Amino acid sequence: MSVATNLMALLRGEVQADRIVPRTGQTARLTLAVSAAMAFLAVFALALSLASGQLADRWSAALAQSATIRLSAADDQIEIQTRAILTVLSQTPGVTEARAMSDDEQRALLEPWFGPDLPVGDLPVPRLIEIIEDETGFDAAGLRQRLAAEAPGAVLDDHTRWRRPLVAAADRLRMLGWLSLSLILGATAAMITLAAQAALASNVQVLRVMRLVGAQDSYIARAFVRRFTHRALTGAAIGAALGMLAIALMPRAAQEGAFLTGLGFQGLDWLWPLTIPPLAAVTAFWATRIAAFRTLKGLR
Amino acid sequence: MIDMQDAAYGYGAEPILSDMTLRLAPGSFHFLTGPSGSGKTTFLKLCYGELLATQGSVTVFGQDTATLDRNAIARSRQRIGVVHQDCAFLDHLPIAENIALPLTVSGRDGGASDANMRELIAWVGLSARAAAHPPELSGGERQRAALARAIIMDPDLILADEPTGNVDWEMSLRLLQLLCELNRLGKTIVIATHDLALIRAAKAQVQARVLRIADGKLSAAGANL
Ligand SMILES: Nc1ncnc2c1ncn2[C@@H]1O[C@H](COP(=O)(O)OP(=O)(O)OP(=O)(O)O)[C@@H](O)[C@H]1O
Ligand SMILES: [Mg+2]
Repeated sequence: MSVATNLMALLRGEVQADRIVPRTGQTARLTLAVSAAMAFLAVFALALSLASGQLADRWSAALAQSATIRLSAADDQIEIQTRAILTVLSQTPGVTEARAMSDDEQRALLEPWFGPDLPVGDLPVPRLIEIIEDETGFDAAGLRQRLAAEAPGAVLDDHTRWRRPLVAAADRLRMLGWLSLSLILGATAAMITLAAQAALASNVQVLRVMRLVGAQDSYIARAFVRRFTHRALTGAAIGAALGMLAIALMPRAAQEGAFLTGLGFQGLDWLWPLTIPPLAAVTAFWATRIAAFRTLKGLR
Repeated sequence: MIDMQDAAYGYGAEPILSDMTLRLAPGSFHFLTGPSGSGKTTFLKLCYGELLATQGSVTVFGQDTATLDRNAIARSRQRIGVVHQDCAFLDHLPIAENIALPLTVSGRDGGASDANMRELIAWVGLSARAAAHPPELSGGERQRAALARAIIMDPDLILADEPTGNVDWEMSLRLLQLLCELNRLGKTIVIATHDLALIRAAKAQVQARVLRIADGKLSAAGANL
């Protein structure tokens, strides 16, 4: 029988198969509680992953154009040293692109401070060279040494590079978030397997009788699977709802990028925690099904 | 219907039954006797596949029970009505639902509400007790319910393990009557019993053979019972 037919049968509800297997009060409450707790935790792990992911993206975008070189030199030296700098940069590992800004671009940069009619060419404004790095970045100390030798008027300005380790940390945090999510999922599967096995073990006599009167394994398993899937779904829905509520109620600071207060869902991100209850249901479905078939294998 | 070739079975290293070769024809009526602990229940379990022969082969409905997969075993059990010695009921369900269990698990609708079902329950004298749970029934009531459950699927083969062990003589005869009627309809019947009077009573109605298990061996008992 295919999984789809199984799920359909589960949704429709096979009342008779359900009645045949006696109620299992304790494992029912256990499964419900564990699913709720795990879903609650999963919401936070998800929020952590998403928030640190966004942070990492934002910071690394800012990092990509983090470095500039300022060149101040005598008029006749400007062009020569600019070319020397570009040559050095083209040979520097970690530099994706380097480009001297045109007078127009420099004027645009300075406009907010000096107005639109600034005669850039007549002023001792340093020439700016923009550096675009790749992910690994370049070796700033080494570049400085070479620049000192080849273009004495050049100053490497990389003050935003201090964020690089933070981006790495945010990336790591995102990874840990996803890892936590998979651990939570695994733990849920393990707990439900244990609960299902306990329920099955305390009903071995029922399973035996059902086999003796000609019930197929899938029929017997379905009664258990339906119950545990239903409980996991209900528990996870409660847990996820509480988790989302807790996140929605978290105090928020206006400042962008403040990590702790940025722990939350934005816009469509709110759809993510809604996947937790179905995921818990699918996990319970398979965990119980596998446990049921394994138990039944011991009975002829 | 049932074919055994040098079949043997042992729960441990020692075989309890050995060298069983026999052929039960469709429509035949057999009694299985032997002292307590001789292996009558074990023999029946081999027939419906709860146990697999440790040697030789047991073939039911033309299929070797050792080669059937789990679903095939379930399907073949839907064609075999078994009265288990311990009755094998689900204690949390009313007796009527227990009787309807084979219908329920094989996905046949109607179940306990069916008119035939009510008639059958009345026939085994349990109408007043239909809503009771198995632990609330007497031993004889349970056996009657077990017989009702064994025949509810209209099986081709009926295996009854001490079906009259706990009922009075009158009820024993009624149950026997039912089994004889089923046999006349072409059903194959095997009854394990100690009750020689029952065997004699049956012989008056149908052509019944007697198989005897003693010392792990199966033999046809003489006609002098
Ligand atoms: N599950 C088991 N494990 C080990 N030994 C068993 C098991 N079931 C039965 N036996 C042994 O096998 C032998 C045959 O048992 P079986 O139940 O087939 O006897 P029986 O002829 O049906 O007896 P009775 O007339 O008392 O019902 C007995 O000695 C019994 O102790
Ligand atoms: Mg017995």
